[in-house]
Amino acid sequence: MARLEVDGIHTAYGLSKVLFGVSLTVEPGEVVALVGRNGVGKTTTMRSIMGLAPPRQGSVCWMDRDITGMPVHHVARLGIGYVPEDRRIFPELTVWENLDIARRPPIDDENGEGWSEDQVFELFPDLKAIQSRQGGVLSGGQQQMLTIARSLMGNPKLLLLDEPSEGLAPIVVETLRDRINLLKEGGLSIVLAEQNLDFVLFLSDRIHILEKGEIQYTGTPEDLRANTDIQTKYLTL
Amino acid sequence: MSMLANPTFLFYQVMNSISLGMNLFIIATGLTLILGVLRVINFAHGAFFMFGAYVCWSTVTFLGGAIGSFWIGVIAAAVVLGLMAFVIERGLLRYLYEREHLTQLLFTFAIVLVVGDVAKMIWGTDQYNVPYPHGLKGAVNFGFAIYPAYPLLLCVIGVVVAVGMWLALSKTRWGRIIRAATQDREMLAALGMNVPLVYTGVFVIGSALAGLGGALAAPRVAVSPGMDATLIIECFIIVIIGGLGSLWGSFLGALALGFATMFGTVIFPDWELVLAYVLMLGILLWRPWGLFGHPEEDSH
Ligand SMILES: Nc1ncnc2c1ncn2[C@@H]1O[C@H](COP(=O)(O)OP(=O)(O)O)[C@@H](O)[C@H]1O
Ligand SMILES: [Mg+2]
Repeated sequence: MARLEVDGIHTAYGLSKVLFGVSLTVEPGEVVALVGRNGVGKTTTMRSIMGLAPPRQGSVCWMDRDITGMPVHHVARLGIGYVPEDRRIFPELTVWENLDIARRPPIDDENGEGWSEDQVFELFPDLKAIQSRQGGVLSGGQQQMLTIARSLMGNPKLLLLDEPSEGLAPIVVETLRDRINLLKEGGLSIVLAEQNLDFVLFLSDRIHILEKGEIQYTGTPEDLRANTDIQTKYLTL
Repeated sequence: MSMLANPTFLFYQVMNSISLGMNLFIIATGLTLILGVLRVINFAHGAFFMFGAYVCWSTVTFLGGAIGSFWIGVIAAAVVLGLMAFVIERGLLRYLYEREHLTQLLFTFAIVLVVGDVAKMIWGTDQYNVPYPHGLKGAVNFGFAIYPAYPLLLCVIGVVVAVGMWLALSKTRWGRIIRAATQDREMLAALGMNVPLVYTGVFVIGSALAGLGGALAAPRVAVSPGMDATLIIECFIIVIIGGLGSLWGSFLGALALGFATMFGTVIFPDWELVLAYVLMLGILLWRPWGLFGHPEEDSH
């Protein structure tokens, strides 16, 4: 079953410890949010899942397999897509080339053939017109669409979405939110790191608040919306 | 100097420059590819070039100089160097990517010494000559001048390699993956690409180009120990003036160096190699990242 289970992971960069026993689960089709201020460990949690920053303790299980410490490309091939915070578009490749190199057949035939560039362009119509433009010259919004589209080309079952709304104009954020919601309705599981609370409340099934590498609060969007104390304590600047 | 006023001589010099430039390009493009993707400054590239020339000589000799033996030698050189590169990368080099550049430099320098000594053990210190291949011993008549067939063919092969590489890098998926690997290897892995395999492939192809270039150079030069010493410097000059990792940069850089060398020997006979450095300095002052280079971005 396409279930992610992160169990008590401790991750460090060299001597600086960042995560102290983070645990979370994502059931198939769920959107689980990680929120918290800058530097609390949201990105590190994603990098730990992906194998980019392997945890020193604890485990990451995906579809009943222990993937802790597995090479990054194996993790990706098991159906986990990574949409990094800084987008990481290949600047000297065109939009279409960025999509093409990410192409990977689905791991099972539940969704038929999987994503093609035509379907991706249907989801993000703006990308179609600029498909021969170089990645390096795109606007922030276009880059964000492309980085999500690129992950989809690999037919993930779980998407790690790191601060997708960061630095985007409100109108673009709204479009992006609706597109991600479409993906959610299509059955994709998502781990969403965000600082934009409205964005999170709209999309998530469950929300974890991180503080100094530990999960301090877990609740539904309704719980968190009602709980202004928690919001002030962990989220406002 | 006055010789340059002679049109036939001038034509000859221009053709020699292009021919030398194309031979250098074939070698340097392998070096720049490896540098662009693996970020390893491979001093052993020149030694691979020398080894390729020896392999070609041995093949031609073994086949008794039969028709086609030279071309079999050229292919053999590329294949042997590709295999050597495979063993070196899989067995040793890949453990050094995470290390500092100095360790990698020392390693590739060690390979220079080892390959040089192995070559001496196999071929001794004699100097060998590889004859021009059959059918290319003559010259081509341009009407106003004649020019030897083999160096002329080198010009053609250089262009074929350049266009072939360009097509492979821009029109095939593997080429796109290689270009992506020069830009962001971590992201490439996160997209499910086996980056270590890409590295092996690039090191093998780049080294095979050194072997190919060595074999193609064999009829032009004396095949002997130490023939790699100036070549590796020339290759680095080409890579630097062209811009690290750039195919067309190394193409233009190789041509520029070909012209500087050929005309330099005529105009400033005593300053031949100095001219190459002056060329590099001039281009770097004008474009600090080389002709086709980009400012180094924060690489992930
Ligand atoms: N590559 C790194 N090397 C060292 N420290 C890092 C590195 N990346 C992040 N950190 C540190 O780890 C902590 C958590 O960072 P991060 O996971 O990026 O937080 P968030 O995504 O929640 O903003 C921060 O204190 C940050 O400075
Ligand atoms: Mg972050």
